Amino acid sequence: MAIIKIKKLEKIYNPKRIPVKALNGIDLSFEEGEFTALVAPSGAGKTTFLNMLGGLDEPTNGTIEINGVRIDNLSASEKTKFRLRNIGFVFQAYNLIPVLTAAENIEFIMELQGVSKKERAKRSMELLEAVGIPDKANIRPMQLSGGQQQRVAVARALASKPKFVLADEPTANLDSKSTENLLDIMLQLNKKENITFIFATHDARVVKKARRVITFEDGKVIKDENFE
Amino acid sequence: MFDNIQEIFSTLKQNKLRAIMTGFSVAWGIFMLILLLGSGNGLQNGMENNFKGSSKNALWIWSRRTQVAYDGLKAGRRIQFNNQDVTALDRKFSDDFDDITGRYSIGGEASFTYDNEYGTFRVEGVNPTFKKISIMNHTDGRFINDLDIQEYRKVVVISDPVEKALFKDSTSIGHYVKINKVPFLVVGTYEDLENKERKKAYIPLSTSQRVFNGNNKLSEIAIATNALTVEENKKIEENVRLLLAERHKVSPDDKQALGVWNTLEHFKQSQGIFAGIRIFIWVIGVMTIIAGIVGVSNIMIILVKERTKEIGVRKAIGATPLSVIRLVLSESIFITAFSGFFGLVAGMGLLSIVSMALEQAGSQVERAFWNPSADLGVALWALAILIIAGLIAGYVPARKASAIRPIEALHDD
Ligand SMILES: Nc1ncnc2c1ncn2[C@@H]1O[C@H](COP(=O)(O)OP(=O)(O)OP(=O)(O)O)[C@@H](O)[C@H]1O
Ligand SMILES: [Mg+2]
Repeated sequence: MAIIKIKKLEKIYNPKRIPVKALNGIDLSFEEGEFTALVAPSGAGKTTFLNMLGGLDEPTNGTIEINGVRIDNLSASEKTKFRLRNIGFVFQAYNLIPVLTAAENIEFIMELQGVSKKERAKRSMELLEAVGIPDKANIRPMQLSGGQQQRVAVARALASKPKFVLADEPTANLDSKSTENLLDIMLQLNKKENITFIFATHDARVVKKARRVITFEDGKVIKDENFE
Repeated sequence: MFDNIQEIFSTLKQNKLRAIMTGFSVAWGIFMLILLLGSGNGLQNGMENNFKGSSKNALWIWSRRTQVAYDGLKAGRRIQFNNQDVTALDRKFSDDFDDITGRYSIGGEASFTYDNEYGTFRVEGVNPTFKKISIMNHTDGRFINDLDIQEYRKVVVISDPVEKALFKDSTSIGHYVKINKVPFLVVGTYEDLENKERKKAYIPLSTSQRVFNGNNKLSEIAIATNALTVEENKKIEENVRLLLAERHKVSPDDKQALGVWNTLEHFKQSQGIFAGIRIFIWVIGVMTIIAGIVGVSNIMIILVKERTKEIGVRKAIGATPLSVIRLVLSESIFITAFSGFFGLVAGMGLLSIVSMALEQAGSQVERAFWNPSADLGVALWALAILIIAGLIAGYVPARKASAIRPIEALHDD
């Protein structure tokens, strides 16, 4: 039973001036507990696709149904609630909150969810240990390297125990060992908590671990392979 | 609400100069408001000190020269009140008066001697009821009483500075001083409420008229009326004036011949002036604070703009518009309350320093500007205004922040 159903999804940027067709009729469905890589050349529409899926942007045409809910039809505040409860984002540009420390960045969503302070501190420490930078808890993003910021971003996405993690190039700035570590953590969460992972990536190391690889080109799915 | 003070600080740190400038403008606004309110109080206290020595609904009447020829008499005639004037007024208007008494001032200053000490001071002959019209604090002994008047006793009540001048630190009561060579027994000392330094002595009116050639002459008539309003007091003043004019053959239109100080009228007048000043002060103060609010609002809008991306990210990962509004408002209130508090403390501090300095300067300034304090009530008001100001200042930027669309914020790199 598919948990995500996408039909005839289209996204046209700048429809009035110079239209850019970023997504051109995508039909896809995802099962609960997938560990899937979206592979595509730069500009093929990976980020656009993830934004649609996370309810950050509205499709021009087509429908997205998650858990039986048409998220493309939700109001802005319903989308916010939906994201808060269901989705963990890892943005391509990390997008950590500069005024918060690493630990505070991780705790931020949990705070919004109403998790107790003690619980938050415990979980953020666990996650920082898992991504290998427990010593950076009280450091602000400005003083972290790109790779360290990336790890915090991943930890933040996992903190709220979302149903889905949408990750845009989560390993782009990591060395092999860190990439390996991070993937192990995510695989573990995927198995244990049945969290669904969808990555946009160029990284062969990620593709290798994925159980399903979807290839985009020019806003279209050109290949969809399963490996078990 | 303020559990993210750290966060607020680090946000402001990135805009240090702007935050300081804005904070300063708010601090300045509150500082000025406190200072203005305090000064208003100071002026008012000074004004009230002017009235402290007199019953609030008193009439003081003295005589001058006529300006208008009347009833066959030429202009320029000197009018002289006497004891019969007082009796006549009291008989006719006893319903309107609480007290009436004449006063005889010995011309110039009288010379006082005690032991080897010498000084020249003003001496006035008064009745016991004078104390009810001209209010004074008794520090020791008693005031002139009815027996003193009846028996033409040579007793004297002196102000504290006179005692100090003649007796140094020892007590004066029970000792004789010589006033223009005539011995008088000191029976009491008092503190002059209008002017603590004033050197003056009171003797019984009857004695003063007999000993110092007053016959039955009076320099002044003092009346405490039972009027409650300025109009009533004014009416009594008019009646008194007319009767005195008739008795001394002064034209009813000759306003110059009889001098009248209507305390209630002047008191109400200055109260009116101070109500006006107070309104003026609030208007200025509130306008200064509004300028501060606009400043804070401005910096918040800029901060929100600079943080568009950050706020967009917050919203992208699930921050509700309400939580964003709360974030911006708490920052805004924090800036205003924090910097306003400094202005408040600085203002109150300066006022109490000035107040202390005035206390030192003493009687020279007492009647113009005194105890310029903003009380706790004013401070609490100011604090409430600050919080509200912070809310108002944060409103527009908070709305702007909550309207940020996450997708747009994420795009512009
Ligand atoms: N906000 C936008 N306005 C106009 N065009 C856009 C916008 N965002 C993306 N595009 C265009 O849409 C297409 C898809 O962009 P998208 O960012 O989804 O690609 P991507 O696969 O994520 O690329 P990359 O691997 O470089 O991140 C691109 O041609 C891009 O120029
Ligand atoms: Mg992309």
